[in-house]
Amino acid sequence: MSWVWKSLNSSIGKKLVMAITGVALMLFLIIHLAGNLILYGGKEAFNNYVELLELIKPFIRAIEVILASIFIFHIFNGTRLWIENKQARPQGYSINGSRKNTTVFSRTAFITGSIVFIFLVIHLQTIWYKFNFSGTELDLYTITTEWFQVWWYSALYFIAVLLLGFHLNHGFQSAFQTFGWNHKKYFPFIEKLGTVYALIMTIGFGSIPVYFFFFGGK
Amino acid sequence: MSPRKINLTLKIWRQRSPQSPGKFAEYKVAVSPDSSFLEMLDDINNDLEKKSLEPITFESDCREGICGTCGLVINGQPHGPIPRIATCQLHMRNFKEGDTIYVEPYRAKAFPIIKDLMVDRSAMDRIMEAGGFISVNTLSVPDGNAIPIPKDIASEAMDAAQCIGCGACVAACKNASAMLFVSAKVSQFALLPQGQPERYQRVESMVKVMDEYGFGSCSNTYACEAECPKGVSVKNIARMNREYFMAKIKSQNIE
Amino acid sequence: MIKLDSKVPEGKLEEKWTNHKFNMKLVNPANKRKYDIIVVGTGLAGASAVASLGELGYNVKAFTFHDSARRAHSIAAQGGINAAKNYQNDGDSVYRLFYDTIKGGDFRSREANVYRLAEVSNNIIDQCVAQGVPFAREYGGLLDNRSFGGALVSRTFYARGQTGQQLLLGAYTAMNRQVNLGKVKLYTRREMLDVVVVDGAAKGIVVRNMLTGEIEKYSAHAVILATGGYANAYFLSTSAMNCNATAIWRAHKRGAAFANPCFTQIHPTCLPLHGENQSKLTLMSESLRNDGRIWVSKLKHDMRKPNEIPEEERDYYLERKYPTYGNLSPRDISSRAAKEAIDNGRGAQGQDAVYLDFQDAINRLGQKVIEERYGNLFEIYETITGDNPYKSPMKIYPAPHYTMGGLWVDYNMQSTIQGLFVGGEANFSDHGANRLGASALMQGLADGYFVLPYTIGNYLAGDKPTLVKTDHPEFEKVKKEVENMTAKLLSIKGKRTVDDIHKQLGRIMWNKVGMGRNEKGLKEAMVEIKVLREEFWKDVNVVGDSKDVNQCLERAARVADYLELGELMALDALTRNESCGGHFREEYQTPEGEALRNDEDYAFVSAWEFKDVGKWELNKEPLEFTSVKLATRSYK
Repeated sequence: MSWVWKSLNSSIGKKLVMAITGVALMLFLIIHLAGNLILYGGKEAFNNYVELLELIKPFIRAIEVILASIFIFHIFNGTRLWIENKQARPQGYSINGSRKNTTVFSRTAFITGSIVFIFLVIHLQTIWYKFNFSGTELDLYTITTEWFQVWWYSALYFIAVLLLGFHLNHGFQSAFQTFGWNHKKYFPFIEKLGTVYALIMTIGFGSIPVYFFFFGGK
Repeated sequence: MSPRKINLTLKIWRQRSPQSPGKFAEYKVAVSPDSSFLEMLDDINNDLEKKSLEPITFESDCREGICGTCGLVINGQPHGPIPRIATCQLHMRNFKEGDTIYVEPYRAKAFPIIKDLMVDRSAMDRIMEAGGFISVNTLSVPDGNAIPIPKDIASEAMDAAQCIGCGACVAACKNASAMLFVSAKVSQFALLPQGQPERYQRVESMVKVMDEYGFGSCSNTYACEAECPKGVSVKNIARMNREYFMAKIKSQNIE
Repeated sequence: MIKLDSKVPEGKLEEKWTNHKFNMKLVNPANKRKYDIIVVGTGLAGASAVASLGELGYNVKAFTFHDSARRAHSIAAQGGINAAKNYQNDGDSVYRLFYDTIKGGDFRSREANVYRLAEVSNNIIDQCVAQGVPFAREYGGLLDNRSFGGALVSRTFYARGQTGQQLLLGAYTAMNRQVNLGKVKLYTRREMLDVVVVDGAAKGIVVRNMLTGEIEKYSAHAVILATGGYANAYFLSTSAMNCNATAIWRAHKRGAAFANPCFTQIHPTCLPLHGENQSKLTLMSESLRNDGRIWVSKLKHDMRKPNEIPEEERDYYLERKYPTYGNLSPRDISSRAAKEAIDNGRGAQGQDAVYLDFQDAINRLGQKVIEERYGNLFEIYETITGDNPYKSPMKIYPAPHYTMGGLWVDYNMQSTIQGLFVGGEANFSDHGANRLGASALMQGLADGYFVLPYTIGNYLAGDKPTLVKTDHPEFEKVKKEVENMTAKLLSIKGKRTVDDIHKQLGRIMWNKVGMGRNEKGLKEAMVEIKVLREEFWKDVNVVGDSKDVNQCLERAARVADYLELGELMALDALTRNESCGGHFREEYQTPEGEALRNDEDYAFVSAWEFKDVGKWELNKEPLEFTSVKLATRSYK
């Protein structure tokens, strides 16, 4: 089966790994956003939702393991590609013309991804860790909304979500291109769909810190 | 035909040999707007030769945008600021009085610099040799009209086949990836009925050699398409990806 | 005196090639790998020969001065390739293609060769289609054709405006396949500087490695030159910057006769000059003449803009003079007509240019159709000139484009040096005094795919040449001579740049050995070239050194050869006291200004034998026509 391993490590194979993991993460984001939007429903609605999750804990754990490995693959592979791609041009140009022939979204995918990753670590520590390992029954609605009262946390959250939007805007159509699904008829639609998806994610996630910081959730 | 000349400052990369460090040298020129970019370099060289100074080494041949020999990075863009042309077709009327223009060679690990603006692009030939062909011997072929090919398929194959092998896609790509170049040939043959028998073997061999030469991967920024003098589409890269996956699934190759 | 034996086989014209193939000696398949063959040049003729010989099993060494075999100038051919397929049912046949070609060449080519060319033309199309060349197709999926100058049938196959590119890439991929299989060893960035002849037979070549400056020796049982033409002797031509005559010229100096050097083609539809520093001229495909109308003002020194000149004051001179062929008259005739109009003071806005106007076609067919047909050419025009040809007519002017002359070869493509074969534009064989459009691609591929692979086998099996090792004294001697020449060029350190001298040579050639030639001008040209040559060897400045990439040195060596070849071109033109095809002697014309051929005295090939620099001996190969009647070439 060495051909499988070799194929996944070829230049095209590595891109395929990025695309598949990327699509999986994009699907996860939809569910995540749906959950977050329940915050708008108020304390009771949100805590009920959390309780529901508690009920299916083993299932959630399994999903989390899969999700974590997808994240690791996506991040590890992305970093490896970034390093290898840098090595493909040991000496750069003195004048960078990339602004004239690429979009900011595609050019900065690694940087936006990296910043989102930093946020992810903080996010896991502040919310996810508390959710799962604090030991006692918590009022998660209050904990979450209190975090959003912290200006730097809300600002970081907002910026990260904005950059995530950039990342997704590139990633969505890019995944389809990598899968080879670039057709004259459908690709313009896919590109638009990607932008709509990225906008929904950005507005959906981004509105939460804004709402809770400025209006205190009241 | 205008006698008017424009004054420009050129910063041109000079490098004696592959190993020696290079740097920009400055040249002030007054040039006719009707002159081509390479003719301007010819002029500079003629002046240098008159002073017994070594002329700038750069490559060009057909000077009508089809041989793919020329290729300079002008202000950060391969083949300069005008889309859909090669360096040799760039005319000075596209620059303004007083402009400063940076001229650099293609930069990529797979394209080592030989001298000044001249680079070694032989990696591209090695990729072609690995599988960029249809195996037919001379004369052992059917009549030209034996296989009808739909007009739009022939036309799409031609769109891909237009590639001039200049390497601007590699030079433009932030990853110095050769995907557009390789995919153009893969696509041409994948589209045509003549290319079917070796379809999977071809894409596997070509990608393998491409990877060996240290070209980067594709991050779908599409800088290659934007800078390609023939406008070869990134749809070909998508097609190559598809071909590659299908090859990996279907071919007999277990290497 | 060389004995010129054309080795044209006996028998009826239609059967010569078939019979010859049958009578040729064959090399046992197992023995083929014992033979080494050198091919210099990887254009259409070279690459196709390399591929075919590799497939047969020979060990082939292929040489090109480019960084890649795909860059050869065949790639720039735009319009198309002829073949007698008669897919259009318009009355074409092998015989008609043969006849058109021999008539187009003004009856100065060898009948048997031209017939063979027409005969194998159909194989070329099949071959290229099988290689995946994306020729233009009709809606039903079958191959499309268009018309070209000098023919009344549609027999030209094309791939947009890039036919040469696609055909070359076809041959290049076929060659790559052999490289991959290990049958061909490809040497790039090597410029051939001499051929090594031992006991009267070509045994190898000496090349300069253009990266290291090393002079390298390679030996083989036979050598094929497919190194293209010499139009760059004019400095400005449609040839690529690096096209040169060095390979054939050095072979000529070693004993290969040079045939019909004065037969040069001036292409009518090129872009006019823009200024002093112009480096080359750009061709606009002849296919434009399918829909474009060529005209000048009826008035002398008319400085009005073209759109301001009313219809009745325009002279559509090709349509007027040659009503049958009109704007699709052959190249030599169209070029000369343009020159005549301009000499008459009727050039476009006082320039050296005539108009190529699409207004009628746009009115008739709509801009969209014209865009589909010629869109890319119109874009090229606008890129270069800054004018929009949809709005005002193109300005065009003739430019040196192709050289029908070249090394003399017999029916087997062998030169007067045994074992030295010559294919493509580098030989003289098939186009006579003028080449028809879309015939160069045909000839290059015919030579490489379908002629040389047979005739080389015949030579190897018949003459049983031995291999001479590269340590043979002759190899050493030739290498030394090449090194000495390089050292000499580098040591002059004079005041004039190589380009400066080349441009001066170009002006002499264009003015006196160009479209219209006369005795006085030619004699002057010979003297001027001789003087310039002496000046070159005294006062040229070749910068840099020999052990490095040195483009200045590369150019200098090529110009040194043009300075000898230019004189021979003038001498040949002076000797040929008639007008035929691209060779127009002003003394020999009809009262209407048409070329006046002299079949009585000049129905021969001039094969010049090199004696010393500036000294040649003329040998004549009489041309016998058994199937066609020598007729005045009329396109009226």
